[in-house]
Parts: sequence; structure tokens; C-alpha cells
Amino acid sequence: MSSEAHTSADYIKHHLQNLTYGQLPDGTWGIAHSAEQAKAMGFWALNLDTFIMSLLLGAAFMLMFRSVAKSISAGTPGGLQNFCEWAIEFIDSSVRGSFSAKNNMVAPLALTIFFWVFSMNLMDLLPIDYVPLLMSALGVPFFKIVPSTDPNATFGMAIGVFVLVLYYSVKMKGLGGFVGELTLQPFGKWGMPVNLLLEGVNLIAKPISLALRLFGNMYAGEMIFILIALMGGAWAGASLGGVTLYGSQILLSLGWAIFHILIVTLQAFIFMTLTVVYMDMAHQEHH
Amino acid sequence: MNINATLLAQTIMFALFVWFCMKFVWPPIVAALEQRKKQIADGLADAERAKHDLELAAKRSAEILREAKEKAGEIVVHGEKRASEIVEEAKVQAKLEGERLITGAKAEIDQEVFRAREQLRTQVSAIALAGAGKILGREIDAKAHNDLLDKLVAEI
Repeated sequence: MSSEAHTSADYIKHHLQNLTYGQLPDGTWGIAHSAEQAKAMGFWALNLDTFIMSLLLGAAFMLMFRSVAKSISAGTPGGLQNFCEWAIEFIDSSVRGSFSAKNNMVAPLALTIFFWVFSMNLMDLLPIDYVPLLMSALGVPFFKIVPSTDPNATFGMAIGVFVLVLYYSVKMKGLGGFVGELTLQPFGKWGMPVNLLLEGVNLIAKPISLALRLFGNMYAGEMIFILIALMGGAWAGASLGGVTLYGSQILLSLGWAIFHILIVTLQAFIFMTLTVVYMDMAHQEHH
Repeated sequence: MNINATLLAQTIMFALFVWFCMKFVWPPIVAALEQRKKQIADGLADAERAKHDLELAAKRSAEILREAKEKAGEIVVHGEKRASEIVEEAKVQAKLEGERLITGAKAEIDQEVFRAREQLRTQVSAIALAGAGKILGREIDAKAHNDLLDKLVAEI
């Protein structure tokens, strides 16, 4: 990698490009080999890297929990069971803290969100060049290993949460109650359009903020990793400046990675907590 | 970073994971946790009960011990009393027996004396008769002088 501006830009773009499968301009189906091709595929395309990574991570932690759940006993717990029990109790207590209604679905929902998002975010801590290098050696042009830096993944989850919020709002308050909540406050029935506007924004903001917060944090974190990686890439031979840059890349990426451990956990926790809070609001008569 | 069908795939995947978690992961683990919680609570309650039982048993054993001691004391007192009674009785009886023996012996002696006297008397009368016969020089007809002899015997 040289210090020239356009190759740096290429490097960044390459790292931010998903492996997209869809209909190519010539009409056949295949993997897009450039950002333009991927864009041209339109809606009916699949980001294979996001899909595969999130599927693998989700399946891995589901199977882990399932293997514990199958062999669990009330006796003395050990190893993995201990961890899973700790996780379940942690989730259960945070759900109990912010969710007051009775719904058997919310706690498993929170568990799934927390561990799925956490494991997807955690991929950010892998050295950013290794997997794309490995993949290009295998002939795969792009591979973005952090699914939560793909808005599709975060919006996909947020939409799932949004559907649940709508479903339980209608189920708990009735269709009339839900519509009333959207239109009759805060200004009473004469301010109906204004109410609808305000409450509508309020409602729509929930999934959008959920998705964008996670996406933005992870994307920005990934971007900083890329920029730090570029620093080391900018060294030109064994000059003093080059060595300094190389050393500072190591230090900075270490520092940022340590800081990122916090962000990874925090974002997963925030996504989970907000989901629980939104579900709680959906179950409340007034808010 | 285009929005495309990945969105739908992710939503579906999310729903499936949530369903799987809700169906196969959460309930058994939570059930086991609840069961363990119950076991621990039961264990603590059992321990508490056992402690209480132990206290009761200790109290009861102390009581039994105290009762036993009291009873033993009573038995000892009773035994002593009974022993002295027996001794007293034996004394009384021995006295009575002694007196009885003495009385019997006295009676026997009296009888013996009486018998000896009778014998003596008879012998004396016989000697007197023999003496008298010798003195008179002839046989005294016992039959003729029977009443005389009897008078003599009575006098001796």
C-alpha cells in the first residue's frame, strides 16, 4: 500500500464494500466485483458476508445455549453452564428492571438481541485486514466481517423489533386504543393532525434510532480501525517517520481495540435495553 | 452499503433466532434456575428446621435426664426406707420368735421337771414300800394297801 491519496481511498472503499450477490448488468446472477455493480443490483440483492457472518454467529451462540439447556440440571453448575446461567440471570434482571408487563417473549428476545449484536460487534476486534486478505486469496473480492456495520443487519433487527412493538401495541390497547394514542395526545382531539405528526415521528424514531445508533457506532469504529491501519500503510521504507508511524499504528489500534471492547458491549446492551423499553411502552396504557 | 434484500433476510433470521431462543433455550435454563433456587430455599428451610429440632431434642433430653435423676433419688430414698422397715420388721419378728422359743423351752423344762418329779415320786414310793416291807418283815400286799400307797405318793 502506498501513501497516494486515491489508493488510500480505494483501501477504505474496499473495506467498506459488502460482498453482494444479485443480478449483474448482463442479466446473469453473481457476485458484484465493484461498488457500482453492487449498487446497480438494486433491492433484490443479498450481502453474502453480512448474511453468512450473522447466521454463523447467531447459530453459534444459539447452539451453545441450546447445548447447555439440553443438559442443564439444578445441581452444581460447571463451566459453560455457569456462564449461560450468569447470562440468563443478567438478562432476566435487566428485563425485570425495565419491563413491567407479563410477556414470556421479551426476555428471550432480549437475550437473542444482546448476544447476537454482541457477537456481531465483536468481529470488529479481529484485525481488519486478515479476513479480507484471506478471502481475496480464495478469490472472494470483498468480505466485510462485521455484520453490524451493514445497515441491512441493524435495520433488519430494528424492523423486527418495530413489528413486535406494533403487534403488542395493538394487542394490548386494541386498534382503537393504539390509534387514539397516536392521534389524541398531547393536544386533545382538536389537534389531531399535529398529534399524529408528533406521535408518528415518535413511533418511527424508535426503530430508526435503534438501527442507526448501532450502525453508526460500529461503522465509525470500523472506520477508525481502517484509518489507523492506513497510518502504518503510509510508511515508506525504513525511515524514522515510517517506523514512528508503524509503531503508532500498533499502539493506536491496541488502544482503540481496548476502548472498542467497551463500545461493543455497550452497544449490544443499549440495543437490548431500548428494545425492552419499547416493548414495555407497547404494553403500557399510558406513556 | 446499499439497502437491499439482506434487510429482509436479517429480519427473518432475527425472528427465527428469537423464536428458537424462546422455544428451546430460555425455558429449560430458567426452569433449572428456578428449581435450584427452590432447592436452596428448601435446603435452608430444612437446616433451620433441623436446628430447631435439635434444640427441642436437647431440651427434651435435659428434661428426661432431670426426671431420671429425680426418679433415681426417689428410688434410693424409697429403698432406704424399705430397708430400714425390713430391718425393723426382722427385729420385731426375731424378738417374737425368741420369746416364743423361750416360752416353748420353759414349758418343756416344766414338763421335764414334772415328769422327773413323778418318776421320783413313784420310785420313792417303791423304795418306801420296799423299805417298809423290809421293816415289817413281810410282803406288803400291794393290793391291800393300794389306797394307802396312793395317799403316800400324793404326799411326797
